[in-house]
Amino acid sequence: MVQRHRHHQCHRLAALLSPIAFVLVAAQSVFAANLSTLDPAGPASESILNLLMLVTAISAVIFVAVIGTLIYCIVRFRETSAQANSEPPQLYGSAPIETAWTVGPILIVFVLALVIVRTVVEARQADPQTGAMTVRVIGHQWWWEYVYPDQSVVTANEMHVPVSSPNARRPIHLRLESADVIHSFWAPRLAGKTDMIPGHPNDMWFEATQPGVFHGQCAEYCGSQHANMLIRVVAESPAEFEQWLAAQRNPAVDTPAVAAGREVFFTRTCSNCHAIRGTSATGTVGPDLTHLMSRQTIAAAEIPNDRKNLAAWLADPGAMKPSCRMPDLKLSPAQIDSLVSYLETLR
Amino acid sequence: MTTLPIEAGLQQERDITSVLHGWVTTVDHKRIGILYMLATLLFFGVGGIEALVMRWQLAKPQAGVVGPDAFNQLFTMHGTTMIFFVVMPMVLGAFGNYLIPLMIGARDMAFPRLNAMSFWLFLFGGLLTYFSFIAGGAPSIGWFAYAPLTEYAFSRGTSTDYWILGLLVAGIGTVAGAINLVTTILTMRAPGMKLSMVPLFVWIMLIDAFLVVFALPPLTAAQIMLLLDRMLGAHFFDTNAGGSALLWQHLFWFFGHPEVYIMVLPAFGIISELVPVFSRKVIFGYESVALATLAIGFISFGVWAHHMFAVGMSSTLDSIFAGVSLLIAVPTGIKIFNWVATLYGGRIRLATPMLFALGFLAMFVIGGLTGIMLACVPFDWQVTDSYFVVGHFHWVAFGGIVLAVMGGVYYWFPKATGRMLSERMGRWHFWLLFIGFLLTFGPMHAAGLLGMPRRVYTYLPGRGWEIWNLLSTIGAFVLGVGFAIFFVNLFVSLARGAPAGDDPWDAWTLEWATTSPPPAYNFEKIPVVRSRRPLWDLKHPDDPDWKHE
Repeated sequence: MVQRHRHHQCHRLAALLSPIAFVLVAAQSVFAANLSTLDPAGPASESILNLLMLVTAISAVIFVAVIGTLIYCIVRFRETSAQANSEPPQLYGSAPIETAWTVGPILIVFVLALVIVRTVVEARQADPQTGAMTVRVIGHQWWWEYVYPDQSVVTANEMHVPVSSPNARRPIHLRLESADVIHSFWAPRLAGKTDMIPGHPNDMWFEATQPGVFHGQCAEYCGSQHANMLIRVVAESPAEFEQWLAAQRNPAVDTPAVAAGREVFFTRTCSNCHAIRGTSATGTVGPDLTHLMSRQTIAAAEIPNDRKNLAAWLADPGAMKPSCRMPDLKLSPAQIDSLVSYLETLR
Repeated sequence: MTTLPIEAGLQQERDITSVLHGWVTTVDHKRIGILYMLATLLFFGVGGIEALVMRWQLAKPQAGVVGPDAFNQLFTMHGTTMIFFVVMPMVLGAFGNYLIPLMIGARDMAFPRLNAMSFWLFLFGGLLTYFSFIAGGAPSIGWFAYAPLTEYAFSRGTSTDYWILGLLVAGIGTVAGAINLVTTILTMRAPGMKLSMVPLFVWIMLIDAFLVVFALPPLTAAQIMLLLDRMLGAHFFDTNAGGSALLWQHLFWFFGHPEVYIMVLPAFGIISELVPVFSRKVIFGYESVALATLAIGFISFGVWAHHMFAVGMSSTLDSIFAGVSLLIAVPTGIKIFNWVATLYGGRIRLATPMLFALGFLAMFVIGGLTGIMLACVPFDWQVTDSYFVVGHFHWVAFGGIVLAVMGGVYYWFPKATGRMLSERMGRWHFWLLFIGFLLTFGPMHAAGLLGMPRRVYTYLPGRGWEIWNLLSTIGAFVLGVGFAIFFVNLFVSLARGAPAGDDPWDAWTLEWATTSPPPAYNFEKIPVVRSRRPLWDLKHPDDPDWKHE
């Protein structure tokens, strides 16, 4: 707690020193949704904001000094008509002055370099190597697969994590992988981004210190639908999280009333790409659908997950998400209707 | 020669053909420089229109101006065009070619025919890249073309191959041009002009040309490897077969970061000529500007992985690349201090070239400071690949390079054409550019801090980005108006501008000692040089520079 308090003081001081950051903080409180780097919801993003405040303050001082001198020179030494035919004294240089303005910046750079090395080392040391819950994040063109290896849970596009509190810390370790091209995982309120590189798995750690849905999106250009590869991290109380895990672990329920839709699913190649645990559908190309209806959105695009949108999606995926990998299966309206009824039972 | 009595029409047709023939076959460095300028201005117009379409699309969330594939092609071609077919050929080919022989008192470049070859390779490289639009679609891989998105599995069709081949062809021309510049500067200087006496623009271009020679080959190698992957099934970057995605990034940025300095050093060179002339003072600290350039040249080869802080390097590598990136702020700062010190105690003439130079000084400081912020690794983890970075590098590329280059155009246009550009239109041009620039690229920093990634063709409403994107778009169109005025100014002044005379700015370097435009042989008599400002010595025989150097 003491440390947190000190952080806040430092933060406030730096903010006072730096009008630019101040304006931005003010602006973001008016406009920003849940993905501003200026509104941290975890220690990783908070320490970065503190660093930003510090370098913004230093930059602001340099900016004022240099631009002030520049403006002074322009105003003070502007040519008047009386001077037009003579030249001012020629000054070829000055070793002491030039040495001073070489050594000065070297010192500033040296101090900044020390600060950076310290923050880099601290950021990495703060990564808890043990005790963190691991989530494998696998980037696909253009959706996210989340695997909880120790909890035997597979889901897509919405990651659930428990909220961390000072008394019960719940750090999250992300194992970042890619199934195709490079993606980058970025939920700004929780942490900085880390690239997901095929053949080169990466790790990152974060904690969510408050509940909520934290947004973000893929930050490395990954092809046609890069813009619609959105991230939702749902941070909830540990109890709610355990409930969610327990529900996700279950296989899909088999409801006889939707047998017609089930029939469509298993005869129209859906299972080639999608898995529904507890059935013969084990495809791994597309998102796991075992508990599809537990997710608020579809297509990693923040399209609300409801009957209407599911039907529209099945009718023509490319219309909702151009060039997405899911093909148009040319289903009849009746087939779509029964298929959606079946999907709606996957809770 | 006797004129045969032939029909007037046929005569005229022959005249046009022979004029064209003269330009196409020219090996005169000045004509080649002008050809470079015309071609790069054409590409600049195209790249600018691409940017405007993107801004139109992003003005509001979920707009439907262009679809994802068109948008992705636009940003790929915008970046590729501006870097490879506008800035690099403009600063090296147009400014370097036109000015360096004149500034060092030479009659031409060392290898005039190689010079012509460089130009035509560049032009056809650019046209080859653009031919992809006709041949089934432009590349949509981003200008740094990260593997494995560029592998055949993810980029089918031929667009990526056009990108590779077009840049390969242009790159050969660029390296040849750089070798030509180095040779010219080292061997063709006027009698008495030591290397320590060449104008700073020439000094800086010498280092710039060396950077090209060392930085381009890694890109060429990487592109050939990619071509082998795509055409012959090699696996250099094919991650499914054990290739390395990071290998491409290292090779690309080993070229890519020196490339930033290849583009911006000539801007420093232009500023180092304009600031003294319009302050009526000798540059403050010639030696330190030259040495700082040398330092930047060296350090620029040790910073490439600061583009890769998010790829999961070790703390040691992160810290080293951050430290070296910060270090480059020192020589850059020295230059800014020297320019400001040159203003101090001067008699500042706010002619249009100087407006652009002062605009450059102010904006470059800001771009440098956001660069320092980005070198703070953890902060970089937040904003790399976000709109903050787009704002940052445009601040340097536009607020730095474009403003300096525009100042250079206003300054040397009279030399190349014999006519002055209109000062009135020049002022409109400057202020529209300056305001449009702030409006376009300032809000991008905010959008990035608010979580907006770059290279998105659309975004959802309610993410806090609407206002910043709308401002950016308005700014972009203000820039468009500014450039429209610039092009009008070029055409009108070319036809009706005031006669320039040999030395309209009362300047001090050798290009102003000959006529405007200079004759094919540049100087009737090669001048003998005793100092860094030969024309100052002529104008002030009582107090020549060589007494002080």
